[in-house]
Amino acid sequence: MDLLADVAAWFADPANWEGRNAIPRRLGEHVQMSALAVAIAALISLPPGVWLGHSGRGQVLAVAVVNLGRAVPSFAVVALALPFSIRAGLGIGYWPTFLALLLLAIPPMFTNAVTGVGTVERETVEAARGLGMREHQVLSRVELPLASRVILAGVRVSAVQVVATATLGALVGWGGLGRYIVDGFAVQDNARILGGALLVASLAIVTEVGFGLAERLATPRGARKTGQTEGLATPPPA
Amino acid sequence: MIESWLDWDWVTRNSDEIWRQFVEHLQLTGIAVGLGFTIALAASLIAVRFRRTYTPITWVAGALYTIPSLALFAFLVPVTGLSVTTAEVGLVSYTLLILIRNTVAGLDGVPPEVREAARGLGYRHPRLFLEVDLPLALPVIVAGLRIATVTVIGLVTITSIISLGGLGLFILEGVRRNFTTPMVVGTVLTIALAVAADLVLVGAQWLLTPWTRGRSSTLG
Repeated sequence: MDLLADVAAWFADPANWEGRNAIPRRLGEHVQMSALAVAIAALISLPPGVWLGHSGRGQVLAVAVVNLGRAVPSFAVVALALPFSIRAGLGIGYWPTFLALLLLAIPPMFTNAVTGVGTVERETVEAARGLGMREHQVLSRVELPLASRVILAGVRVSAVQVVATATLGALVGWGGLGRYIVDGFAVQDNARILGGALLVASLAIVTEVGFGLAERLATPRGARKTGQTEGLATPPPA
Repeated sequence: MIESWLDWDWVTRNSDEIWRQFVEHLQLTGIAVGLGFTIALAASLIAVRFRRTYTPITWVAGALYTIPSLALFAFLVPVTGLSVTTAEVGLVSYTLLILIRNTVAGLDGVPPEVREAARGLGYRHPRLFLEVDLPLALPVIVAGLRIATVTVIGLVTITSIISLGGLGLFILEGVRRNFTTPMVVGTVLTIALAVAADLVLVGAQWLLTPWTRGRSSTLG
């Protein structure tokens, strides 16, 4: 099939390696935007999630948040961020994309933090208290290590979803790897569409696998065999 | 405040078109979940019967699930064009992981003693499967169907980018014209459809599994 040859030629074309549309530049934008959105969303969602889980509350809220996150299409979030951003004086492109990604990254992390900490066995927590641990020690030495796998799974789910949705930023005037797909559709350039799709898909899979490995490494040995690994946040694809 | 986001005149003027795209959205979703469930059921039966195939099956479904939808549609467009086929292949591939996982978990959850008892009563395949395994696995399978359906309803909005219909068309139109009304209409109706479909599935499960009533459901 000469389509594959076209895609190979697209990747080999020096024009795609320099200037505004250079592949490394678009890839860099995509990674940077995604990382920033996930990092800030983590700062916003993990502390209250962990606290709610520790206090044994918020389970209903956690389920509601994850269901809401699933029912609201990510494309709608990106689209609505555009007029919002324009009205707030932040313009098009960068800010609407960032705001949308930030919003979308919160539910999986929040939910898994609440359920991860909240479902640590009560006997274990009581035993820690019985050993004379103070509340912050119970949290930092018992609950967080035991919940780490579920919490990190939430971060992975968010990250994969953000990388996927950042592709839609091209529709609201931002760059990133979605540029190739959206512009490729506009001018009906199949090689560019496929090249962009290949880059986006690879980045998403690398993110999933990379976070999966980090999850294993960061999980204390004693917490590895617990049944619950995914928490509630089955990733909504974007 | 609301007026600045939603122009009711536009909504009344376009009510026919809105209804048409709503129906189209429902159709694209129905076909995707129906086909997805058929494939997932077959894959789950293979996975349950030949245990070693389960890991590779979930690997393939998981990889499909991880590929961003716009990229997946982009892979398909040069092959199948801007067509319903492209949309459905993409949408179906997103249902598989959830449906296979839940169907296998549901079938695994059927107590062996129940199956033994049914055998003792003279049940044989396919009756054993249809009248014992499947009904007992139903709550977990329906939980998967609910997630898959809500997910697909959201993803159908993306098919507007490859020039297909559905409520995403209004969202895209809103973005292109920087006009909030169609965006709001598309978003609100998509969410309403997701909630309605979820309730219909909960209702269907309630009707189909009378023996579980009064107990809390096993998987949310």
